Amino acid sequence: MTEATTGTKSGSGGPRMDAAPRLPVDRLLDDPGTRIIVCCGAGGVGKTTTAAALGVRAAERGRKVVVLTIDPARRLAQSMGIDSLDNTPRRVKGVDGADGGELHAMMLDMKRTFDEIVEGHADAERAGAILANPFYQSLSAGFAGTQEYMAMEKLGQLRARDDWDLIVVDTPPSRSALDFLDAPKRLGSFLDGKFIRVLMAPAKVGGRAGMKFLNVGMSLMTGTLSKLMGASLLKDVQTFVAAMDTMFGGFRTRADATFRLLQAPGTAFLVVAAPEPDALREAAYFVERLAAEDMPLAGLVLNRVHGSGAEQLSAERALAAAENLEEGGIVDQEPGNAGLRDPAAEADAADGGARDGGAEADADTDVHVDGDADVDADVDEITAGLLRLHAERMQVIAREQRTRDRFTSLHPEVAVAEVAALPGDVHDLAGLRAIGERLAAGVPAGA
Amino acid sequence: MRGRGGEWLGSEAVSRLQVVSGKGGTGKTTVAAALALALAREGRRTLLVEVEGRQGIAQLFGAEALPYEERKIAVASGGGEVFALAIDAERALLDYLQMFYKLGSAGRALKKLGAIDFATTIAPGLRDVLLTGKACEAVRRKDKAGRYVYDHVIMDAPPTGRITRFLNVNDEVAGLARFGPIHNQAQAVMKVLKSPETAVHLVTLLEEMPVQETADGIAELREAGLPVGRVVVNMVRPHHLDEATLRAAADERRAEVARALSRAGLGGARRGGLAERLVDPLLAQAAEHASRVELERAQRTVLEQLDMETYELPLLGAGMDLAGLYELASELRKQAGEE
Ligand SMILES: Nc1ncnc2c1ncn2[C@@H]1O[C@H](COP(=O)(O)OP(=O)(O)OP(=O)(O)O)[C@@H](O)[C@H]1O
Ligand SMILES: Nc1ncnc2c1ncn2[C@@H]1O[C@H](COP(=O)(O)OP(=O)(O)OP(=O)(O)O)[C@@H](O)[C@H]1O
Ligand SMILES: [Mg+2]
Ligand SMILES: [Mg+2]
Repeated sequence: MTEATTGTKSGSGGPRMDAAPRLPVDRLLDDPGTRIIVCCGAGGVGKTTTAAALGVRAAERGRKVVVLTIDPARRLAQSMGIDSLDNTPRRVKGVDGADGGELHAMMLDMKRTFDEIVEGHADAERAGAILANPFYQSLSAGFAGTQEYMAMEKLGQLRARDDWDLIVVDTPPSRSALDFLDAPKRLGSFLDGKFIRVLMAPAKVGGRAGMKFLNVGMSLMTGTLSKLMGASLLKDVQTFVAAMDTMFGGFRTRADATFRLLQAPGTAFLVVAAPEPDALREAAYFVERLAAEDMPLAGLVLNRVHGSGAEQLSAERALAAAENLEEGGIVDQEPGNAGLRDPAAEADAADGGARDGGAEADADTDVHVDGDADVDADVDEITAGLLRLHAERMQVIAREQRTRDRFTSLHPEVAVAEVAALPGDVHDLAGLRAIGERLAAGVPAGA
Repeated sequence: MRGRGGEWLGSEAVSRLQVVSGKGGTGKTTVAAALALALAREGRRTLLVEVEGRQGIAQLFGAEALPYEERKIAVASGGGEVFALAIDAERALLDYLQMFYKLGSAGRALKKLGAIDFATTIAPGLRDVLLTGKACEAVRRKDKAGRYVYDHVIMDAPPTGRITRFLNVNDEVAGLARFGPIHNQAQAVMKVLKSPETAVHLVTLLEEMPVQETADGIAELREAGLPVGRVVVNMVRPHHLDEATLRAAADERRAEVARALSRAGLGGARRGGLAERLVDPLLAQAAEHASRVELERAQRTVLEQLDMETYELPLLGAGMDLAGLYELASELRKQAGEE
């Protein structure tokens, strides 16, 4: 589906979809059976914010929580006291522990995590050789999939420590939510895989089976690669592979183990999305993929949803009214405009759009008589501005609603929690609490 | 009529390769496409390339997925042509092997063994070498008459967090692969990327994180010796009311606002009347708007301190479509022309 279909399908006038079931966030957080919550979704939708807000809320409701964040915004990290990169969880101050809860948080340092794996699985000399290898250094500093792999790895470590009764995991800012599930396996099989063994010992592979042609193919290939990448680089790779020998099988196995952890009953996935076509398309892919992998989906967090306290006033009426006021300010009360001030005309207008218009217009006939003498262009301008803002807001709401309806019709079973768009960034505990409250309430304030 | 880049777009007149980066989701693909349209003036030809294998360009233009092949995707207003190419690292590697080694079937064998996958996914930066290499090849390509085939190449590039590394990968590779064709190729690409022929633009929104990333990105690019172009402030919203006016409205003039609403035909202004009941929610929305305006102003100040030339593109309220893209393109032309 592309943007082009957005405007045409499921037009604005149609009836609203049946509402999706509400996601019971507090029940999920309070349930001692919930051990891991994974927040995933497309880039920039609010995964980190949601993970941190859930952590704060769960801790203040009495659980001992650790939040693993990935690339949090600087100010958020500072306000949680996790801006130093030591790759271990820190206790977050300022969280209300009256119910016996605690919040710990950390941000992932992927290079350190990789280094620690190496250090933990090789003797000092070998580990030193690996860490100094240029190929390793490039790899660990962040090639495709390293961050996802290390996030999984860290999750496995935190779970193994068993110090917390709830782990909330943020996922890397990859463009596709699916990367979180796919990248670790991909990297794992590269590190453990056939090809890398071939690089390490080409002769052995050919010799063993007596397949001469394979042997020829191999040397052609390593020959080509060495021409291509330069012999020195290939040598770096081979040294790296040789040094990693003891860990072979390990990478894939570790990725698989964490993957199974994600399928376990104590795990709950939350898919985060903004009410926009791209993000919800990603969310739909992800929901389908989780089902295929037998991974438990708790629901969809629809973040940055817009609402209005004046939904009874449509965009069209608001705009028409704004124009009225603006014209009134410039052209000094043309007859047409004056007509609007006629009580009868106003009663009509009120009848047309407002629910209880008729009776009220009667009661109000006297109101603007005194105002007529000094019509204040300034107030008209302000009011027109208010109305234009409202019209914009209503258009946004309608667009978001159409986008959501499309998701709901694809996945009517998925429970949803809506979080209103706050006017500013979320960068401190107070902001996280506000997000947490909205998550738990599940419907945007003012809607 | 086609010739060198020429006389347009101020300091970028000579930048034949325009790289568009920015935080994820800020509008890199959209801005790159609008720029390709804007630069395709009469008789000119531009090439829009994407490097992340996402078919974002095809989606934007409502076209089918792009093959690994340069295709005309749009005609700009004024008659210039926009071509598009989705660079695929695997295909680029095979081309490359073909070019240097005439590999034929051995290439296919490599592919079978997963070597190509390996090479493009894991081998340090090889993937990025191929992508930047292909883009630079298009920049330098000339026809038989010795004219550039494309007046401008516009790249929908990786996000700010990876852009410096992406563009600089050739330096890294030239260091890792100390000899051989890759080494030479890497150096040739670096020469284009570090020359004034290239400009790296950063797209941002008036929000804290994208602005912060832009500031960091500029510093990184400069440190790496890569030519920074402009900051593109995208999705700029109109400001209807400023905070001072709003405060006055909220504090002292609620009754007047109610009467104005009533005059505009929205019901009664008396307490409990329809118009009167609109006042609170409308003011609440306006307060949100005002605090956002305030935040945006703060981010603008941060941007001003960067002392960069900027483009500013409006938020298209109805969402993005082809017409919107042309609108953004003409906005870019207008802003470039104003200087
Ligand atoms: N409900 C909300 N209202 C207002 N701002 C929000 C809301 N949720 C998130 N934000 C802001 O949006 C920005 C992006 O959020 P966040 O960093 O959580 O996204 P993310 O999905 O983790 O992004 P990435 O994919 O880059 O990691 C932040 O500046 C955050 O403060
Ligand atoms: N000026 C604008 N007005 C309205 N919508 C816009 C504008 N610019 C971009 N958009 C919309 O914002 C969304 C993100 O834009 P786009 O895909 O260009 O960003 P991107 O930076 O390329 O994202 P990614 O990091 O995912 O590649 C799209 O839905 C696009 O249509
Ligand atoms: Mg994040
Ligand atoms: Mg894009």
